[in-house]
Amino acid sequence: MKIRAIVEWLKQANEYATNVYNAPYRSAIARAKRDEDDLFMLLVFSELMGVPNPASYYTLELQPLLLERFHEWHLRMGMEHSPLDGFRCC
Amino acid sequence: MNAILLMLLGLGAMFLGYVFYSKFVAEKIFKLDPNFRTPAHEFEDGVDFVPTNKYVLWGHHFTSVAGAAPIIGPAIAVIWGWVPAFLWVVFGTIFFAGVHDAGAIWASNRNKARSIGALTGDVVGKRSQSLFMIVIFLVLLMVNAVFATAISGLLINFPSSVVPVWGAIFVALIIGQFIFRKWMNLGTVSILGVIALYALIYTGPSFPITLPETVFGVSDNAQWIIILFLYAAIASLLPVWMLLQPRDYINGLQLFIGLILVYGAVLISGPELVAPAFNTNTPEGTPSLVPLLFVTIACGAISGFHGLVASGTTSKQLDKETDARFVGYFGAIGEGSLSLATIIAATAGFATLADWQAVYHSFGQGGVSAFVEGGANILNNGIGLDVELSQTLLTVMAVLFAGTTMDTGLRLQRYIFQEWGNIYNIKWMEKAAPATLLAVASCLLLAFGAGGADGAGGLLIWPLFGTTNQLLAGLTLLVITTMLVKLGRPMYVTLVPLLFLLVMTIYALLIQLMGFYQKSDWFLFGLDLVVLVAAIWIALEAAGTLTRLRREIRQSTQSAE
Repeated sequence: MKIRAIVEWLKQANEYATNVYNAPYRSAIARAKRDEDDLFMLLVFSELMGVPNPASYYTLELQPLLLERFHEWHLRMGMEHSPLDGFRCC
Repeated sequence: MNAILLMLLGLGAMFLGYVFYSKFVAEKIFKLDPNFRTPAHEFEDGVDFVPTNKYVLWGHHFTSVAGAAPIIGPAIAVIWGWVPAFLWVVFGTIFFAGVHDAGAIWASNRNKARSIGALTGDVVGKRSQSLFMIVIFLVLLMVNAVFATAISGLLINFPSSVVPVWGAIFVALIIGQFIFRKWMNLGTVSILGVIALYALIYTGPSFPITLPETVFGVSDNAQWIIILFLYAAIASLLPVWMLLQPRDYINGLQLFIGLILVYGAVLISGPELVAPAFNTNTPEGTPSLVPLLFVTIACGAISGFHGLVASGTTSKQLDKETDARFVGYFGAIGEGSLSLATIIAATAGFATLADWQAVYHSFGQGGVSAFVEGGANILNNGIGLDVELSQTLLTVMAVLFAGTTMDTGLRLQRYIFQEWGNIYNIKWMEKAAPATLLAVASCLLLAFGAGGADGAGGLLIWPLFGTTNQLLAGLTLLVITTMLVKLGRPMYVTLVPLLFLLVMTIYALLIQLMGFYQKSDWFLFGLDLVVLVAAIWIALEAAGTLTRLRREIRQSTQSAE
């Protein structure tokens, strides 16, 4: 019984510590991840914007999956409306 | 007087301050409301806005604000004797820092968790906001230059610390990988990391490293400063999870271990304070206590930097508004206790008064080295740790703090340069590497411009750094006061500290200005002048805003009648 209580306590302490570890940098890391994702978006949709992409055979498959994030992405990139003729999201 | 008594008096007073004064301020002045829907709940996004347990948030807030500054400031200021430093740290924490920190969280919390910089624009005026940016830039510039000087001095004075100080970077890099890739849980990694760090500290004295006295005519001190900035430049360009985050975490652990060790050793050995209560025999060139004490100790008594942390990240994670009291006020007390430990180490850690006077032979000397030497003696007497090992331990603690601050500071400065590049359409300045280069260059210019060719005199700008930091605190207090006036609540709890700070900083700036003029130190004279202009500007803004508000309130009550 005692050992279980100690294990529980340790688990909780670990959870607190993980929170303390992550809390200060959560947004900086999320922002960095978003920057990487933005570049990936550009790669996936480059063909549609007239930039030749040697991997378009593969990235074409990803387009429907990333479409959900497309609107947010073009807004973030400073384009008020969808830059693509093919699909207009707004 | 015995150090145990001083310790109990200080900690007891701060604790009473938390129990009574912070309760009064939280309930009667800020009127913290447990039912207020905090921004963390309103805008919860799992990234910036996350409701966080108050103890977790306190840990994050406290370790973000505590650094090398609450050690360096008091360690320099005990040159006037231990009583003035002790009183300013204790009463500063109770009536200034606690109210300022909790108030900054409250103000930001009531304004969609916006930063104090943005709030200054909203609450006080656009002009104050630009002033705010200038003051922040000056603080960052000075903090990097001053910390580089302090670290290089420590590395030269205590060569045994070189191996653990740089080894800690590798420990942090490895820890960062383990946690980021989730190879191990944090508890295990922390224990292994602390063991690795202490193993390095243990081996440090066996492998002392000193740089050659000169390389191409560059002194060892200057070499360290250049190496440190090289390191900070590279570190600030790495992703945060790789080095900064694990380093910060280890520092937090070190902070708690260090505080427990020092206070524990004081309790066991009960050393006598050898330094005079009031030093009537100050070395030549020591400026007068009033006003310089109040700018020499900034962090530890009140520091504007806390407002940036409080309003930048802490307020976005506040679960309940009432938590602001614990997180902000008790965070300030944590930092006050670190300063108190420094005061004890730097005044009770010497065998005789003559030893103490030998260390404090001129103003700006002693400093953090005195903390290390004194603290090491206390650790030696209290828990029997070898003196050299204790010195290495405390040096590593101080250097890691300062190094992490340099990393963060340089990063922030880079952002400012990048933003200027964006605003003024200078394309190359928007890129990370050139912006970092600019930041490093400006800091190096300050370090060598102020400290001479070998950079050794860089600590001369310490009081100037404190002044700028206090001005930042003044701006935050102005924001809180303005909010209180608008809400029709009593404003004296923040107005009195604000007035006190403004008077002391302007007075200190004028005195230093005269000193630099007499020494024909035109570099520091110019820097002082810039800060002085900012200080007077803030004073005018404060006066203007508050009289305007009072007039508005009087008019509205008259028209209501």
